[in-house]
Amino acid sequence: MSRQFKNPVLNWIEYRLPILSFIDDSVGSGYPTPKNLNYWWNFGSLAGIVLVVMIASGIVLAMHYTPHVDYAFDSVERIMRDVNYGWLIRYIHMNGASMFFIVVYIHMFRGLYYGSFKAPRELLWMIGVFILLAMMATAFMGYVLPWGQMSFWGATVITNLFSAIPLVGDSIVTLLWGGFSVDNPTLNRFFSLHYLLPFVIVGLVIFHLWALHEHKSNNPLGVDIKGEQDLIPFHPYYTFKDLFGLGVFMIFFLSFVFFWPNFFGEPDNYIPANPMATPPHIVPEWYFLPYYAILRAFTKDFILYWPVSWLITAKLAGVIAMFSSILLLLLLPWLDGSKVRSAKFRPYYAMAFWVFFLNCIVLGYIGGKPAEGPFILIGQIATTYYFVHLLIIIPLVSRLERPKPIPESISAAVTAAHAMKAGE
Amino acid sequence: MTMTYLKSAVTAVALATAILTTGAAMAEGGTPTPPKIDWSFSGPFGVYDRGATQRGFQVYKEVCSACHSMNLLHYRQLEGIGYSKDEIKAIAATVEVTDGPNDEGDMFTRPGKPADRFVAPFANSKAAAASNNGKAPPDLTLMVKARKGGADYVHGILTGYKDTPPAGVQIPDGGNYNEFFPGHVIAMAPPLSDDAVEYSDGTKATLDQEARDVATFLAWAAEPEMEARKTMGIKVLLFLLVLTGMLYAVKRQVWKDQH
Repeated sequence: MSRQFKNPVLNWIEYRLPILSFIDDSVGSGYPTPKNLNYWWNFGSLAGIVLVVMIASGIVLAMHYTPHVDYAFDSVERIMRDVNYGWLIRYIHMNGASMFFIVVYIHMFRGLYYGSFKAPRELLWMIGVFILLAMMATAFMGYVLPWGQMSFWGATVITNLFSAIPLVGDSIVTLLWGGFSVDNPTLNRFFSLHYLLPFVIVGLVIFHLWALHEHKSNNPLGVDIKGEQDLIPFHPYYTFKDLFGLGVFMIFFLSFVFFWPNFFGEPDNYIPANPMATPPHIVPEWYFLPYYAILRAFTKDFILYWPVSWLITAKLAGVIAMFSSILLLLLLPWLDGSKVRSAKFRPYYAMAFWVFFLNCIVLGYIGGKPAEGPFILIGQIATTYYFVHLLIIIPLVSRLERPKPIPESISAAVTAAHAMKAGE
Repeated sequence: MTMTYLKSAVTAVALATAILTTGAAMAEGGTPTPPKIDWSFSGPFGVYDRGATQRGFQVYKEVCSACHSMNLLHYRQLEGIGYSKDEIKAIAATVEVTDGPNDEGDMFTRPGKPADRFVAPFANSKAAAASNNGKAPPDLTLMVKARKGGADYVHGILTGYKDTPPAGVQIPDGGNYNEFFPGHVIAMAPPLSDDAVEYSDGTKATLDQEARDVATFLAWAAEPEMEARKTMGIKVLLFLLVLTGMLYAVKRQVWKDQH
């Protein structure tokens, strides 16, 4: 499949290694894309760029960082104070983690709204869920590395969750810790894994893109590509649209880096880790708050706990619920039985989508509040709704709802829209 | 000897328990937010007022440094708040630094140099705790970043002492009532008062002025890179605004035949 170029050097390379046509067919003029993608489709490429930024800044940080309980905190401060532009690299990495989750969450909600998870893109979606899980593990371990108070106590709380697993729980926790408490061996293995996992993410991203390129992007109408008239080449159309989006995103990202670098952080993490002093409120990073709310919703009197209360502890039920809240997304392509993808033509699904979205925000808010007073009840209602949405509302609505008529094809809809505009 | 240890241990435990329990009880809406102050370094264009920062350094040196270390600072960094190299040499030379071992294997003391770290008041945290009712005074280098409210909080604590606590509030032995400290019982005695220091630039050393100055100094110590960061940030954002505007124009041009 090698191609002919005017430039003899390019030709020489292409004949031996057809990498140029490979690039062109992946992100160039040889990759056909639906012509009607809106700006919500920018977030996939943005996520990829943030991943590269995180790996690049992380590699430089690792050159200056010391993974030892006695030196970790000070080595990070040395980066902030004495390494040339160390503060810039570290703030990029710190805020980049938050940016990564913002971008990926938008990317996922876009997939939910426009039905991008449906056939034939089920595996594409599922690989995406695994990318999210790998990101969460990476972010969690990265947050431990500065060895501040939240690093230490966050690590203690989260690793302790595994002790709820019957029989093997305690052994798993000992294995995670490399001892009998969060200590130097824990920090060492977290550093090692924090360096490893991003490359696992890169591997998953390659599979994600491979699956994407097989059936191409979904589109806001959610209808299948019928032919050439529905498509435009990725380059120059989407390369420039993505570049413009990247500019807007960089303004947003770097505003935080330069002017509010600690906006997403907790002040407590600027206090060196102290195993003898527990901070008053141990809170995870904002991107974990919804799951943290689900975890904490499981008290002895929580209605979702009753059916299993004879079998497992409330703590274990919370841990299972927290992991299920993400793992259930793997089943979404089958929980949703509608043949129509886009919520544009599924008014009841669209409504359910927005309620679900708000519910996730509520869960995030509750996750950041102490477990007391009204927050407990609100958290339990929101947790219940999260699962009701995935396990009851989606299966029922998708099978009972009669969707609005969908356009014949992308180009037919685009032409009709243009005619409407011209007729005004 | 043993009795003193025992006594201070008992005081420490009592104080710690008091702080913990009141802290938990007061955490819910008990502590008011310290007043917001319009700092010289607030906002995207803010810079550290050199006069205030240097006066704050004086307050730290003459008052706070009796108990609080600033382990992450080096004397050389004082250039960042406007001291000249010679002034810094003179400042560093006023402290005794333990160095060594020398060729004979002995530790020795020598006058400080600009490359030295700020000399801490205590040899280690155990010594610091032993001299302070069992709890070591925290290092101040990152204090402004390590507390909600930042410099406002530092200023609030320094000015928030009340001689007579509100009715019904019990202050344990060795504790002090402070309006803005979580739980209101703080082990630190009021460190500053009117004329606690004498400013060489003629500024009147009121309690509020001292608190503002030292909060400014601590803000600088926590983020010595802030001015460079903001200057670069403004350039970067201006560049990005222009670039993104141009990218938008290019995008429109490329997509013209599709609309």
